[in-house]
Amino acid sequence: MTEKKSDLKTYAKNTWCPGCGNFAILNSVRKIFSEMDTEKLVMVSGIGCHGKIVDYVDVSSFYTIHGRVPATATGIKLANPELTVVGFAGDGDAYGEGLLHLMFAAKRNVDITVIIHNNRVYGLTTGQFTPTSPEGFKGKSTPRGSVERPFNPLLLMLDAGATFVARSYSNRMKNLRMVIEKGINHRGFSFVEILQPCYTYFNTYDYYNERVYEIDEISGREDAEKKIREWDYSSDSRIPIGIFYREERDTFEEKMLDNLIPAKRKRKVISGKLLEKIV
Amino acid sequence: MMKVVRGFYSVAYSVKQCKPDVICAYPITPQTEIVERLADMYANGELGNCEYITAESEFGAASILVGASATGARSFTATSSQGLILMSEVLLSAAGMRLPIVLVNANRSLSAPLSIWNDQQDSIFMRDACIMQLYIENNQEVHDVMPIAFKVAENRRVMLPFMVCMDGYKLTHAYEPVDLLDEQMVDKFLPPYDAPVKLSVDKPLTFGCYAPPPYYTEFRVAMQNAIMGAGDIMLKEFKKWYKITGRDWGGHVVAENPDAEVAVITMGSLTGLVRDVVSEMQKEGKNVGVVKLRTFRPFPVEDIKKALKNANKIIVFERAVSFGHEGPVAIEIKSANYESGADVYSFAVGLGGRDIPRDLIREIIDKVIEGKVEPGFQFEGVKPFEEVIP
Ligand SMILES: Cc1ncc(C[n+]2csc(CCOP(=O)(O)OP(=O)(O)O)c2C)c(N)n1
Ligand code: SF4
Ligand SMILES: [Mg+2]
Repeated sequence: MTEKKSDLKTYAKNTWCPGCGNFAILNSVRKIFSEMDTEKLVMVSGIGCHGKIVDYVDVSSFYTIHGRVPATATGIKLANPELTVVGFAGDGDAYGEGLLHLMFAAKRNVDITVIIHNNRVYGLTTGQFTPTSPEGFKGKSTPRGSVERPFNPLLLMLDAGATFVARSYSNRMKNLRMVIEKGINHRGFSFVEILQPCYTYFNTYDYYNERVYEIDEISGREDAEKKIREWDYSSDSRIPIGIFYREERDTFEEKMLDNLIPAKRKRKVISGKLLEKIV
Repeated sequence: MMKVVRGFYSVAYSVKQCKPDVICAYPITPQTEIVERLADMYANGELGNCEYITAESEFGAASILVGASATGARSFTATSSQGLILMSEVLLSAAGMRLPIVLVNANRSLSAPLSIWNDQQDSIFMRDACIMQLYIENNQEVHDVMPIAFKVAENRRVMLPFMVCMDGYKLTHAYEPVDLLDEQMVDKFLPPYDAPVKLSVDKPLTFGCYAPPPYYTEFRVAMQNAIMGAGDIMLKEFKKWYKITGRDWGGHVVAENPDAEVAVITMGSLTGLVRDVVSEMQKEGKNVGVVKLRTFRPFPVEDIKKALKNANKIIVFERAVSFGHEGPVAIEIKSANYESGADVYSFAVGLGGRDIPRDLIREIIDKVIEGKVEPGFQFEGVKPFEEVIP
């Protein structure tokens, strides 16, 4: 094993805006990863400001094309289930462009973690409306205010079959780290949404600071659903963060692969003598 | 009215004057500002009854437009790179359904590796889609071309998508003086879209249905007839436009020095630089000329032959690669001009937004004139590097 760098920093210059919620996510992830076997870790990112996180952590990584994090992560996990696969996707990326992949990864209960940097805006393309922007959001593509209501991704994930459903806020460091860590350690599909203010195009710090509160872990689907419905991404209600749902269920790769690891599977060489026997 | 504007505004303003019924798009650099300016106009009530929809993906955007266009709505989108190729499945079927959707592609390189910078790999990839493709040199040209694109696409003998290709950043974000079109003038040139076939309760019909082997081929023949015939229709509209505005952008091909023995072919915004270099060389007595290729689909075979009739050496500046073969424009030139026997030299330059220095253009043309290079395809401006074979 190569020597682990304790801080997992890279030489890449950080180009996030000062004040961006992504910094807190980066710091948590570095801390969590530095206590793990980084040789067995893969980070998978989407395209967007969030995606740059893989440049800033000294761990093997994969930039997917826009929207395809859960699908690519599924492929990696299936080919080598020994790996811990952690996806980092944006709200535009995973809730817009590639929503179906997120739904199917949850449905299959693949043992991967998908962390959503939900700034509720397309950050990298400079500030347009996304599926979780509030109703009436005045972004660059919706100067009159969007007419659509946001959907609630946690509800979608619960229904689709995610076995770990959590939300955190980048400005609640302890909760953030706890939720990500437990998500990664969970066996099965973990969905972790992080409310991540985009300082430049949708500064939600004050809004969240006033409303966000931590919950104790909930037991039971019905209560989870009730709690998840407390905030609809548009109203001014309080915003619960924490682990909403956790369930133990066989994972896709356990059912599919029966402990085979395709990446390590060697073709059997059949010797001449054996061949004679068979024939 | 003359104004200094950026390329994206030039497109948006012209599209506004074309009075589309539905605009639908998804953000992607460097196209985003085109639809954002349209969104502003929509918010200010400048787009009349037009619906402006922000889609969940390019796939969604193109699909929404297919639906809109099938009901008889004049439909517009803009995209780029990954967005265009994500739309491709939908756009190909739009062509088959004969839906005259107009789109602007801000030319940008394709992944991987990821790049937001300019080349023309994205639209070239759509070569065989039965979608008209016109390449733009400057922001007045794109401004003038938009009404023509709608008019040709919606012509009853054509009824196909029309893609206007403009170099990302180099044009989309460049400031240039543009004579902004007058509403009445565009109204006169471009009547409202009156779809000959559409979804309506009066005469129910189905779009995109199954065609078994006894029928499929005829649909494809009709598509080929339509796009081949679109060439002449475009030329007529180019001429009408010239009469109205006094601005002559030429036909499908503009041979600027038709007598030259060495012809340099370019497509898009690179033309300006090449023209500059070539005119400098002409002053030195070199027999070289520029051929600006505007229409890539339908491919203007006769015009190309005419433009190259005196050339014995043809240089093509490619902004894309047909991987596994050679430069995509050179392929077309060779096939159109094969009888002439002229040598074709094709050079891929400026991929992924790499700078195309004036000196490089000059050096390449000199090299060909002086016979220091073999005909065929090559990359230019490549740094020495060692390929690692794992
Ligand atoms: C197919 C495709 N369409 C569009 C884009 C352009 N694009 C790049 S990033 C991005 C949005 C990113 O938004 P989000 O996923 O929320 O990430 P953020 O930047 O907010 O972190 C878009 C639309 C792309 N790269 N590929
Ligand atoms: S644009 Fe927003 S999300 Fe992107 S780096 Fe800046 S603050 Fe962060
Ligand atoms: Mg976002």
